[in-house]
Amino acid sequence: MVRSAFILVVVLATYWLMLSGYLYKPVLLIVGTISILVVLGLSWRMKILDAETAPYFHGKAAGYYAWLFVEITKANMSVIKAVLSPDMEISPTTTKVPIKQSTDLGRVTFANSITLTPGTIAVVMGESNILVHALFSEMTDAADFKDMGDRAGWAVSDPMLGRIEKGAS
Amino acid sequence: MDGGVLHMLQFVISALLLAGGVFFVIAGTVGVLRFPDFYTRMHAAGMTDTLGAELVLLGLIVQAGFSQTSLKLALIAFLLFLTSPTAAHAVVGAAHNAGLKPMLGKYRAPALGEAPEVKSEVKPKPKSKSKPKPRTKKKAT
Amino acid sequence: MEQALHYLNVGAAMFLLIGMALLLGRLLSGPTLYDRILAVNSFGTKTVLFLCVFSLIIGRQDGIDIAILYALMNFIATIAVLKFFRYSALDVSMNYSSRGDLSKTVVGKAEMSGEDT
Repeated sequence: MVRSAFILVVVLATYWLMLSGYLYKPVLLIVGTISILVVLGLSWRMKILDAETAPYFHGKAAGYYAWLFVEITKANMSVIKAVLSPDMEISPTTTKVPIKQSTDLGRVTFANSITLTPGTIAVVMGESNILVHALFSEMTDAADFKDMGDRAGWAVSDPMLGRIEKGAS
Repeated sequence: MDGGVLHMLQFVISALLLAGGVFFVIAGTVGVLRFPDFYTRMHAAGMTDTLGAELVLLGLIVQAGFSQTSLKLALIAFLLFLTSPTAAHAVVGAAHNAGLKPMLGKYRAPALGEAPEVKSEVKPKPKSKSKPKPRTKKKAT
Repeated sequence: MEQALHYLNVGAAMFLLIGMALLLGRLLSGPTLYDRILAVNSFGTKTVLFLCVFSLIIGRQDGIDIAILYALMNFIATIAVLKFFRYSALDVSMNYSSRGDLSKTVVGKAEMSGEDT
């Protein structure tokens, strides 16, 4: 919790400096400090200073999103081919993808990745699987989803906390 | 003289990124116009939101150099990257909850169909849209 | 070189405007409500991009602040509109205790499927 509060303060200070752009005007710095303290107090009172405050603050997520960006680019090519060809050969399919992550953060990361990849959209999040709508039937390969799910689970596992405890009651 | 070379390089990289981003944005828009039903249109819109927006913003960051402007542009790219899949999931989930059935199976565009082929003859039931006011019986207040 | 960058930005802005104009077609002729919401959402994304390009064209930073606001407002507006059409009210408290709750889904389905005869 102290770690989450510390990370929150760092992120908020960076945000304030990024948007204001003044490092030397005392008024702006004082007002920024007050805002940060207010936000910190509010989030402590709302009891949201848990592990989900700073979800991706270890380096793993960067590697995961770099991999995801390559996947997005590849999927974009096939979608764009269907859009621009005169007779678009699409075969819309729905499928159910099992979801193995137990934490909210892992589930959100997995479903977000599915939606970010063009050609697949997470329609409904169930308890143990996701209803996915895909643009091509060859995109609903179970092995691909399993690979993505494994990588997402790896990306959210926190080495400092050991594991991320279950979020928000 | 190397300043000129650096500017040239900046211009070329920025032009490539901007052209790629604009191409994806336009292609996504054409896809939104052409695809036969709502769920497939969502894929085209997602394509615009991910790669198109990120590439355009990246091109602008290259132009702005290292300054506050480029930091703000990076912030916008980050916000779009976070919010666009969430918004897409919300729209699709709402449509699914409302009972909109996705068109399944193979689909080919009808022949002679050029760009604005928006006639939806495959649609199961053309809803009579306009003012889908829900009944007020379940007023949860 | 400044001039070349300027023309590049103007060209990009014009293509973005063309994309927005094309998207109006889907906005006006969307068969369902959700097509329109999708069109508005995508239109907002393009507006954010256009604002960024435009503020570089006129050489002022203010447009980028507006673009940040617009990106956030676009997301919140989409969620608010969807929530309004599902519950016909905005002050509905979400039940956080149960995830993947399907009972609420049935409520939304009963309400919305009643209107398309």
